[in-house]
Amino acid sequence: MKKPLALAISAAALAFTSAALADDPKEGGVVNTIIQPEPPGLVLGMVQNAPTRTVSGNIYEGLLRYSTDLEPMPQLAESWEVSDDGRTYTFHLREGVTWHDGEAFTADDVVFSADVFHRELNPSARAVLQHVESIEATDDHTVVFTLKQPFGPFLISFEAGTFTMVPEHLYAGTDFRNNEHNDHPIGTGPFKFSNWERGTVIELVKNEEYYEEGLPYLDGVNWHIIPDGASRAVAFENETIDVLPSGTVENFDIPRLAEMDNVCMTEEGHEYFSPFAMLWMNNREGPTADKRFRQAVMYAMDREFAKDVLWNGLGNVPLSAFGSNARFQNDDLEPYDYNPDRARELLDEMGYDGEEITILPLPYGETWTRWAEAVQQNLREVGINVETQATDVGGWNQRLGDWDYDLAFTYLYQYGDPALGISRTYLSDNIAKGSPWNNVEGYENERVDELFNEAATAFPDEEREALYSEVQEILHEDVPVGWLMELGFPTLYRCDVQNLVTSGVGVNDGFKDAWLDR
Amino acid sequence: MVYARLILMRLFKAVIVLFLIVIFNFLLIQLAPGDPAAILAGEAGAADQEFLNQLRERFGLDQPMYVQLWRYVSGIAMLDFGYSYRLGVPVFDLIMDRLPATLLLTGTAFVLSLVLGIVAGSMAASRVKKPSGSIIMALALVFYATPLFWVALMSVVVFSVYLGWLPAYGLYTVGAGHTGFALVLDVAKHLVLPATTLALFFMAIYTRMTRTSMLDAAQQDYVKTARAKGLKPSIIQRRHVLRNALLPIITLAGLQAGQMVGGAILTETVFAWPGIGRLMFEALQQRDYNLLLGIFFFSAALVIVFNIITDLVYSLADPRIKKGAA
Repeated sequence: MKKPLALAISAAALAFTSAALADDPKEGGVVNTIIQPEPPGLVLGMVQNAPTRTVSGNIYEGLLRYSTDLEPMPQLAESWEVSDDGRTYTFHLREGVTWHDGEAFTADDVVFSADVFHRELNPSARAVLQHVESIEATDDHTVVFTLKQPFGPFLISFEAGTFTMVPEHLYAGTDFRNNEHNDHPIGTGPFKFSNWERGTVIELVKNEEYYEEGLPYLDGVNWHIIPDGASRAVAFENETIDVLPSGTVENFDIPRLAEMDNVCMTEEGHEYFSPFAMLWMNNREGPTADKRFRQAVMYAMDREFAKDVLWNGLGNVPLSAFGSNARFQNDDLEPYDYNPDRARELLDEMGYDGEEITILPLPYGETWTRWAEAVQQNLREVGINVETQATDVGGWNQRLGDWDYDLAFTYLYQYGDPALGISRTYLSDNIAKGSPWNNVEGYENERVDELFNEAATAFPDEEREALYSEVQEILHEDVPVGWLMELGFPTLYRCDVQNLVTSGVGVNDGFKDAWLDR
Repeated sequence: MVYARLILMRLFKAVIVLFLIVIFNFLLIQLAPGDPAAILAGEAGAADQEFLNQLRERFGLDQPMYVQLWRYVSGIAMLDFGYSYRLGVPVFDLIMDRLPATLLLTGTAFVLSLVLGIVAGSMAASRVKKPSGSIIMALALVFYATPLFWVALMSVVVFSVYLGWLPAYGLYTVGAGHTGFALVLDVAKHLVLPATTLALFFMAIYTRMTRTSMLDAAQQDYVKTARAKGLKPSIIQRRHVLRNALLPIITLAGLQAGQMVGGAILTETVFAWPGIGRLMFEALQQRDYNLLLGIFFFSAALVIVFNIITDLVYSLADPRIKKGAA
């Protein structure tokens, strides 16, 4: 199964390149795609979850965009400079940009968005803003960010979903959450909000006044809301739907859909998030508190099997705590290859007495249930007495927030830099009940805290690299959590949808450049 | 006069029952695991303590339970159902927004299952020992026993994917821009599969019940009398047998009608029908308690209303009952 799919991808990529070279983009047409689940709202910054990012990334914009190699590209800022000490970032904004209501976009909007709006509402932006001392508009089209100390990932934090630019003239001085414009989001992006028929569809239409010459090509994008996975697959099969964004159909449907005529698939467009599946292991109590037990779990799991069978061979089995799309990966570590004998030795050494432990699958569909079954079987083979406990999303959140688990599946976004997406899992000051996204496992190591904190603010990159190398060695030995997979979430689409994925966030801002060859 | 008193009494009791239901639902939901703020934060993929506190404060979840209960009950008394936690929209608006789609679906299924069920049941009753009667009963048994979601998926596979006759999901064709009669036709097409799916199960029940009940009634003395009088068999069946056999069917229809606003979670989910059942299921998953309580309230109110209506219909169908009630 792995081979044909991988081939299909490269074939699709080839077909895509040659088609793109051969034809000039055509204007017009509406693309029908899926949004799952239905987002709670569309104002980015106020709402941070994945479906909102996906739809609204085409309405709103950030100062920068990121390529599939996570290189910054101009968006609302056309150029930028970083001072030699790494503390001052100057952004030169594009001129002639207007909001969807016709008002001009200026440096004041940037200052308002970053310094007021996101500081109040947005936890992911707050994590970056704590390093920022001041934000100033020196003229209408120049903004200067002064940092308290250098912050390595600063330049990669300006993605639209994290650092959205919102209109000051509509939000300043209002109660943000009850603002009347929340029902009709106003951005600067290539598409304008048109209509949201709750439970049915979100419709976006072309922004005729868009500042990038000739873009967008499409007349609009319709995001269909279909709650059942099998029904979504059917909608793609009978050609009502042109694009299935990553994660909208169950993995076992993907090979079947990918083999249909005129269907292309790409693995690109997830690099910015690069979802990293992990197994939380409770470091506080029970057998999982013993480092040798956690190592044994790593050796006991056949992660390649899970990748090939459950994830259609897509994705990547990580070496350690840093994924391949995070920077500063240390390749010198000894991989935890599938080795049941080594696992049994470790369990003998620690004197594991067969105490029963539980495993919580992620309540996100069939793939995760099956994955938990596979891991359960792997662990039983080496003598670990493990039971699966199914919960729904609410129960899962609560169990993790209360630290009431032994092993639990999760996945976290990496956000292109260890200081944004990785350190949060291991820093001891990130231990707090009530959230499933912090240091849930309860790992505490002073040296690790020191290294992560230093590395976040070290400058330049060579300094950071040395610190991150050391931290990876420690984590690799301690195994605070199990590192399962960097997930491969492919996007499926009709091959005549051209130029769909052009950035590291995929369809989240992809419809800007897309066109229909029909 | 008797009717008016009956209705007044029932309405008075209904208000008390509804009040108790509101309190019971509120307490019941406190027992469910899962904190709405944590789930919203979880969905956002990132959360600090400040974010969680902001959410709890906004929803009043930082208050003691009795304060929350008082606020909720006093809100309901003024028909204020509060705001949905997740969507930030008044619960009343959300429910009213979804109500038409749900009533269209469940109402169609209700009429369809009732009419076809009674017709099929009477046919089966008058063909007891014939093959056609057995075929009807066999089919009814099959529909009764087949899981709803399977019927739904299979009907999509056959009629939508394979034959391409009917749309697979949704309330209307998105982007087609139909208006007027074209829109009605479009919605009707979209309605066929979900309404049929939903109707099949109840139709099977009505068929079986009508048949049994009619066979039962046919044994009664007044039927023998009618036959002895020399009435035509078709008139006996219609006027004497069927009418007397209707009572249990009215009971059941009252129950089904009461569930109409609760929607049909499975059918609405598979067919992406934007109704209340889906709203309720999503609210449950999101621990969107205000919304969930609001839907519970409407469902409960409707069950009570239909119970009253059912009682009235009883007395129309069987005048003996009115005397008892009075």
